[in-house]
Amino acid sequence: MRFLDHPPRFLFFTGKGGVGKTSIACAAAVQLAAAGRRVLLVSTDPASNVGHVFGVSIGNQIMAIPTVSNLSALEIDPQAAAQAYRDRIVGPVRGVLPDRVVTGIEEQLSGACTTEIAAFDEFTALLTDSALTADYAHIIFDTAPTGHTIRLLQLPGAWSGFLEAGKGDASCLGPLAGLEKQRTQYKAAVEALADPLRTRLILVARAQRTTLREVARTQEELAAIGLSRPHLVINGVLPAGEAAQDELAAAIYEREQAALSAIPEPLKGLPTDQVTLKPFNPVGLDTLLRLFDADASPSRATEGSLIAPDTPGLSALVDGIAAGEHGLVMLMGKGGVGKTTLAAAVAIELADRGLPVHLTTSDPAAHLTETLDGSPADLTVSRIDPKVETEHYRRHVMETKGAQIDAEGLALLEEDLRSPCTEEIAVFQAFSRVIREAGGKFVVMDTAPTGHTLLLLDATGAYHREVTRQRGDKGPHFTTPMMRLQDPKQTKVLLVTLAETTPVLEAADLQADLRRAGIEPWAWIVNNSVAAARPHSPLLHQRARNELQEIDAVVTRHSQRHAVVPLLREEPVGPERLRMLLDPQAQKDIHVYPISHGPRARDG
Amino acid sequence: MKAIQVFGPPLCCSTGVCGIDVDQALVSFSADVDWAKQNGAQIERFNLAQQPMAFAENPVVKGFLDRSGQESLPLILVDGEVALAGRYPNRAELARWTGITEVTEQKPQGSCCSGSRC
Repeated sequence: MRFLDHPPRFLFFTGKGGVGKTSIACAAAVQLAAAGRRVLLVSTDPASNVGHVFGVSIGNQIMAIPTVSNLSALEIDPQAAAQAYRDRIVGPVRGVLPDRVVTGIEEQLSGACTTEIAAFDEFTALLTDSALTADYAHIIFDTAPTGHTIRLLQLPGAWSGFLEAGKGDASCLGPLAGLEKQRTQYKAAVEALADPLRTRLILVARAQRTTLREVARTQEELAAIGLSRPHLVINGVLPAGEAAQDELAAAIYEREQAALSAIPEPLKGLPTDQVTLKPFNPVGLDTLLRLFDADASPSRATEGSLIAPDTPGLSALVDGIAAGEHGLVMLMGKGGVGKTTLAAAVAIELADRGLPVHLTTSDPAAHLTETLDGSPADLTVSRIDPKVETEHYRRHVMETKGAQIDAEGLALLEEDLRSPCTEEIAVFQAFSRVIREAGGKFVVMDTAPTGHTLLLLDATGAYHREVTRQRGDKGPHFTTPMMRLQDPKQTKVLLVTLAETTPVLEAADLQADLRRAGIEPWAWIVNNSVAAARPHSPLLHQRARNELQEIDAVVTRHSQRHAVVPLLREEPVGPERLRMLLDPQAQKDIHVYPISHGPRARDG
Repeated sequence: MKAIQVFGPPLCCSTGVCGIDVDQALVSFSADVDWAKQNGAQIERFNLAQQPMAFAENPVVKGFLDRSGQESLPLILVDGEVALAGRYPNRAELARWTGITEVTEQKPQGSCCSGSRC
């Protein structure tokens, strides 16, 4: 592996949830330790299974891994760190200030920014405190701060007054106000991050077009702040030998190879490694040592049963949606889980049933949806370009607000406007316009604002005001957008996930967030399920078996109703293939078990 | 010189860009505070989301919150007494309270339309 060649002291693995950062970080740690280096492995993954991987329970304290000499580990739970931070701020005023005020403050501190900054705060010490880490030759992190966080920390404006004096303006950096560390420590941490002699950043991806595109964006963003020349690891690549085993494997192989040969420009020329898909779960020392092997030949898979034959598919969900006659359907989930594809499939199915549908998508790859407009006739499609919308919003803010502030303030405002919240708000504003124009129809959207954003907008009344102004509606029987989103008759939120640990946990977090805002997700969709595709190739069969416990968690713990959508041989582009998502049997030459179309709502 | 304390609503960003409405009054007020400070005024700002203790410890502010709720913020105290509530002060008001004599006759920003309440 090239990324383990002459490694510097700090190694950061970064990539979307589900690409296998933790496994690769664990395997890298084990290999360096086996080479006689003293290694500290730090996990900040909220779903950290580092302890599980080594068969011990690790916590917030550095502990030696008994089974691996030279290896110690530490798990930082960013949610717990954020909660501790909230308690520090809110605890003293609970019961003193009115309850509503306290709840409002807690919500302000419940955003993704707070969690990220709290996590960064936790590992600042590891990057700078030599006493704590003096024993270790390498410190490996299974996650990295985003470009947005790093840029904020680099801005002098973000620090002026507020942190040093403890009062003044807040910004997205506001959460830092309650943290004890000094600016110099954060500065030192950011410098360590940006120094290639001390730090190597390793981008982890899968051999998928969308994932690679996203990683390319990350790479450009990091390069812009001086973190250049990262390494790239493509994880879980299906080996060529497996392609001969069945048609699904052959199709996946072809698709992955095509994605790799069309690798986006910013990633070309990066030192790159490929990790082949393994038949085993990366748990335990032996398997971790084999994770980077090129030729881990698959053990013969058992042809045991994979998934219950009556597992509901997408059309069972559409039955429930169609019963509502009209309304808003929002698909929600982390990037890369297939929200746009599923939104398009739901829209087509509704339209095929003769219902008027408006599909609105923020899909950056227009080809997926542009072929759909007017086919079938009851379907209209509109696209919202998140880049354009966000840029428009930024420009508007800079023009209206930027005129009167000094250079430092301006830089801070610009960075605040690059926060993920800004894009979410800008896109949702654009969606709101579409919703208003599409009264009386089904409106299917491939995105939704988080509960956190909705609560903030609702709390400030800003959203309410916005709508009042646009509608000119001053009547007493006013329905706020929030009320509309909370009403299951008018709005159905479908949470989309993959049958893998981290994506399921991420979806559960989204659900908790929506519930805070009084919105109960109507159903969960497990997308791209290998188990539901019933493969024969031993490798895929093993992967399918690994999915089962995640699917079970979705069914029994997280969702009130669910659907499992199989991984298709061909990428679902265009109306014909999208229909296959609802009726996988239409893929004639793949052996797919029939999927029951009966409604399976368990408890309403 | 009199001391001014500004108790503001919970904000995630000072700039308020996280909201759908961009609150021009906040920007203008920030600029006015800078101006007043440069002229020697003593002004402290507190954000409910980040310094709730400052609200809880001040009986005047706590009483105001109990009575009027956070919707009625900001609350401005001059030497500990209520000077203004429900909107941010403009430059002329800051000058009057602190005794700064305005050198240049500047049109007070955001004075006709404080917050987004008009």
